[in-house]
Amino acid sequence: MIFLRFKEKVYKWVFTVLAFASLAFLVGIIIVLFREGLPIFRKVSLLSFLFGRQWYPTYNPPDFGILPLILASIWVTLGALFICVPLGVGSALYLNELASFRQRSILKPVIEILASIPSIVYGFFGMAILAPYLQNLLHIPVGLCAFSASLILGIMATPTVCSIAEDALSYVPRAFREASFAVGANRWQTLTKVVIPAAGSGISTAIILGMSRAIGETMTVLMVAGGAAVIPHSFFEPVRPMTAAIAAEMGEAPVGGDHYNALFAIALVLFMITFIFNIVAEIISRRFRIKLGLSG
Amino acid sequence: MKNMLKIVFLGLAVLAMFRPCYAERIVIEGSTTVLPIAQAAAEEFMNNESDANITVRGGGSGVGIASFIDGTCDIADSSRAIKDTEVDKAVTNGRDPKAHVVAMDGIAIVVNSSNPVSALTKKQIKGIYTGAISNWSQLGGPNQKIVVISRDTSSGTFEAFATLALDGAKVRPDALLQASNQAVVSTVARTPGAIGYAGLGFITEGSKAVTVDGVMPTKETVLLGKYAFSRPLFMYTNGSPAGVLKKFIDFVKSPEGQKIAEEQGFVGLK
Repeated sequence: MIFLRFKEKVYKWVFTVLAFASLAFLVGIIIVLFREGLPIFRKVSLLSFLFGRQWYPTYNPPDFGILPLILASIWVTLGALFICVPLGVGSALYLNELASFRQRSILKPVIEILASIPSIVYGFFGMAILAPYLQNLLHIPVGLCAFSASLILGIMATPTVCSIAEDALSYVPRAFREASFAVGANRWQTLTKVVIPAAGSGISTAIILGMSRAIGETMTVLMVAGGAAVIPHSFFEPVRPMTAAIAAEMGEAPVGGDHYNALFAIALVLFMITFIFNIVAEIISRRFRIKLGLSG
Repeated sequence: MKNMLKIVFLGLAVLAMFRPCYAERIVIEGSTTVLPIAQAAAEEFMNNESDANITVRGGGSGVGIASFIDGTCDIADSSRAIKDTEVDKAVTNGRDPKAHVVAMDGIAIVVNSSNPVSALTKKQIKGIYTGAISNWSQLGGPNQKIVVISRDTSSGTFEAFATLALDGAKVRPDALLQASNQAVVSTVARTPGAIGYAGLGFITEGSKAVTVDGVMPTKETVLLGKYAFSRPLFMYTNGSPAGVLKKFIDFVKSPEGQKIAEEQGFVGLK
C-alpha cells in the first residue's frame, strides 16, 4: 500500500517534470538567442541592422543590414498567403459544408498527409521540377525566385490553414445553421451570412498560423528562393529570406564572431515575428471560443 | 530500471575494452574545402593504423588557424596561406606554423552548355560579378540577361574566388547564392543564361568550363600554375611533425593520399 502511494508520487513527479520540460527549453532558447544575438549591437546600431540595405557579412569592413532579408521573408510569405488562403479555407469550407461523409473521410487524411511530407522533399521538387518549368513557361532568366518559393510555401501551409479553419467551422453550433434555414435562408446565404462570420476569427487564426508556418520554413526557401540578398522588386527575382541566410551561413561563421552574432540576431528578429503571430492567433481564437459560448 | 542500469554499464564496459587506450589523438580543424580530403584520408589512415584516433572538424580556414594558434588542434586545414598577423600571434603563443601543401584546387568558371561563349578574360569575369557587365551580348553571346551565381559569402571557395578573381570587390547583391559546388553547377546546367564557379571536379553534364585569359582549367594548367584561378590547399602543423602526426601528413602527400584528394575532386600533386 505504501509502495503504491510512493509509486503514484513518483509518476506525478515524472510527468510534472516532463510537462515543464518544454517551458525549460523555451526559456533556454530565448536566453541563448539574446545572449548570442545582442553582442552584434555593440558593432552596429539596431536601426542600421534592421534597416540597412547591404548584407555583406564576411567583407572587410562587413555590412550587417538585414532589410533585404526581412523583406524577402515578408515577400515570400505574402505570396504564400495568396496560395494557401484560397486553397486552405476553400477546402475547409468544402469539407465542412458540402462534402459527403465518404468524400470527407478520404479528403481530410489526404490533406493531412500533405503536412507530413518533409520540407526537403518540397524543396527538391521546387528546385528540380517547378523552377525549370516556370523558367521556360514564363521566360524568366532563372526559376529560383520568390514566386517559386511562394508557390511551394503556399502548398506547404495549406494543410495548417485547412485543418484549423475546418475546426473553426465545425465549432459553429448547429443551432446557428438551423436558425438560418428556419428563417428561409438558402445554403449559400447561410454559409456567407452566418457560418463564415461566426467562424471568422477562427479562420483568421488559421491564416495567421499558416503565415507563421510559411515565414519560419527554411529548407524550401534555401533551395528554391535563389538566395540573392536584394530588396525584392518583383516576384520573379531571386530573394534571400532570413531563414535561408541563417541556414546557409551559420555552418561557416566563426563561433563568437560578429557574423555569428549577427545570425543569432536575425534568429531573434524571426523569433519575435513568429512569437507575435502566435500570440495574436491565440488571442483571436480565445475571443472566438468565448463568442460561440465554448470554454475559453 | 535496474536492468537499464545494467545495460548501460555493460555497454560502457564493452566500449572501454574496444577503445585502445594507447591511441594517439590527432585533432584536425579548418577549411571546409579541405575537409573532404582530410576526412577521407583520416578514415583510410585509421583503417591502416589502428593506434591512431583522428578527429576532423570543419569551421573554415580562419577558425582552424585560430584553434591551431590556441593549441586546440594539431593540424589546421586552410584553403589560403596563413596571414602575417596570424603568424605573429602563433609565434607569441609559442606555435611554429609549418605549411604542407596537400593538393591543388582549380576554380572553374562554368556556363550553361548551350551558351556560345567559351572564353572570358579575368577582367570580364570581374565585370560580370561586380555588376559592370549584365548581358551576354556584351561578351559576344546572345541578347540574354546574365544570371550570376555565387557561393555563400562564408564559404572557402567564395573567399578564394573573391581574392583571385575580384581582388576583394563586392559581388553584385542580386547574385544567386548557392550553398555548395554541386548546387552551383546544377543551377547553371538548368539555367541558359547562368554563370557560376566551382571546383574543377564538380563540372557535370549541362554545364561547361570556359577558358580564363585563354587557359582552360585542367589538372595540368592548375598544377603548372598557368590557370589564373588555382590555389594550393594547406595543412599546417606545429613545427616539423613527428610520430603519428608525421605518418599522417606523409600519408596525405603519398600517391595513395593524393589519389584520395583526386577522388574528392581536387588536383593531386603528381
